[in-house]
Amino acid sequence: MKRIINEIKLRLPAKSVNEAVARSVISAFMAELNPTIDELGDVRCAVSEAVTNCIVHAYRDLPDGVDGYVYISARLYDNRELSVEISDNGCGIEDVTLARTPAYTTGELGERCGMGFLVMESFMDSLSVKSRLHKGTTVLMRKNLKP
Amino acid sequence: MKEEVDFSFAGRVLTVRIKCEIDHHTARRMRDKIDEKLYATKPELLVLDFSEVRFMDSSGLGLIIGRSQKGALVGASVRLCGLSDTLYKLIRLSGIEKVKNITVLR
Repeated sequence: MKRIINEIKLRLPAKSVNEAVARSVISAFMAELNPTIDELGDVRCAVSEAVTNCIVHAYRDLPDGVDGYVYISARLYDNRELSVEISDNGCGIEDVTLARTPAYTTGELGERCGMGFLVMESFMDSLSVKSRLHKGTTVLMRKNLKP
Repeated sequence: MKEEVDFSFAGRVLTVRIKCEIDHHTARRMRDKIDEKLYATKPELLVLDFSEVRFMDSSGLGLIIGRSQKGALVGASVRLCGLSDTLYKLIRLSGIEKVKNITVLR
């Protein structure tokens, strides 16, 4: 039975400047487990992708002056597992399977490449995506750090 | 605000030295600066130098692909250089190396 050794919860306004804040906080949080440079890079990138999705997609239809929030909750376990859950109360994803297809994007043509979920999937050990239209999306990622 | 990119232009080569982390936040601002220089100089080769970049996510891939498309419009091909192992991992995953007018140097 794995035990939680530390946890953190964050609530950030869905502003692009917080992409860097989110990945910095998570990399500081996981430092306790002495991750390799590689593992740190992987997690930083995956977190950045998930938070960017909230900002670029989830809250794109929000009226001016209304703030959306990104909720992050991370845990470290005594078996050297890190879990990071990133959620929003945004528009939701109509077809999660389609959204996860590499190179599929509803973002600005030629500027967004549709690689976000592929990066999360490849750089972490597991990824689950749950979404409800008009309710929001939750992404749960896990990574097992090397002993 | 710290400059995010440095430009040098010589012998029809426009070199862009990127000096910050690349995410959706910074990429949006960089791309306009790069495009402006690209259209002003119309180089044969656009070199994107990543040697000072310590972080990049898929917004960086979008930035590269977008510049290769804009580059094609003025007849420029794109070369990536100075990629760290971490950055190269992302480049390899994306398949960007197969894009016709992009070459990747480590």
